[in-house]
Amino acid sequence: MSEHTEHSESSIPVKHIIGFIASIVLTLVAAYTTVMSGLPVPWIIAIIMILAVIQAVLQLVMFMHIAEKNPIPQYGNILFGFFIAAVVIAGSIWVMSFGMSDMDMNGGSGEEHSDH
Amino acid sequence: MSEHAELKTGPLEYRKEEGTLTILGFWIFLAAEVVLFSTLFATYAVLFGRYGDATPAPELFEMPIALAMTFLLLTSSFTCGIAIHMMRKESLKGLLIWLSITLALGLGFLGFEIYEFVHYVHEGASIQSSAFWSAFFTLTGTHGLHVTLGIAWCLLIIIQLVRVGLTPTTARKTFVIGLYWHFLDVVWIFIFTAVYLIGMVV
Repeated sequence: MSEHTEHSESSIPVKHIIGFIASIVLTLVAAYTTVMSGLPVPWIIAIIMILAVIQAVLQLVMFMHIAEKNPIPQYGNILFGFFIAAVVIAGSIWVMSFGMSDMDMNGGSGEEHSDH
Repeated sequence: MSEHAELKTGPLEYRKEEGTLTILGFWIFLAAEVVLFSTLFATYAVLFGRYGDATPAPELFEMPIALAMTFLLLTSSFTCGIAIHMMRKESLKGLLIWLSITLALGLGFLGFEIYEFVHYVHEGASIQSSAFWSAFFTLTGTHGLHVTLGIAWCLLIIIQLVRVGLTPTTARKTFVIGLYWHFLDVVWIFIFTAVYLIGMVV
């Protein structure tokens, strides 16, 4: 086991505190926007989704050391994962949006399949 | 880098090539997890609002509980970050203390989630109630299952750290559970936003 302790004694790194406070602020802003702002619903959804993405990036950079100098760079995989995730979610919503207006006229009752 | 080379400097978990490769492999696993959750989010989004005869979500979702769960998980992600920081300073005691706090906060989150699920089922919204509630319980339940797994895993790592101490191997294992725990918080951010917040306005 190695013994060296060349690091300073500062207990909690500033980076983590900034990340933590920023996450709490972003969460509260998102909650406030949803409940109190009174904006049109599409705007609310757009704003809180952007806030969520910012917060996720914050987690990756501040806590998960993604940008850290590693022997092998690690962000490629996770970025590709997020790309696939965005395609799957946006693609599903987009492709399933066709014909939705017909379904709404039936009160959405066409969705009640009984499980096999 | 030769096969069994061990560096003398730098973070413990990266000193052996095995540690570096394991951590890279874990990032690939996390990318796959992102895609797994994306399919559940897509299902949820497509089935959104299809309540059938069951209670609609806006009548059941409550901001205080959703916020409490979010803050518990956010704080646990923060304390987990400090735990890894302590590990990098090679302070075993600091690492164990902060990991235990992380564990306690994770258990608190799980407690809220179980309470929430039981409450919903009593209000007539179970996984069988409607398309919407199936998607809801599958998405949040999968995340809850990951948290449960993370808690058990973290407990095992703590036991190993107490018994073996900090070595490149235990440091690598601790770093990996740290990544997993932060990842759970990343997923929760999107559940909080896409499920709870949007469920309250639409």
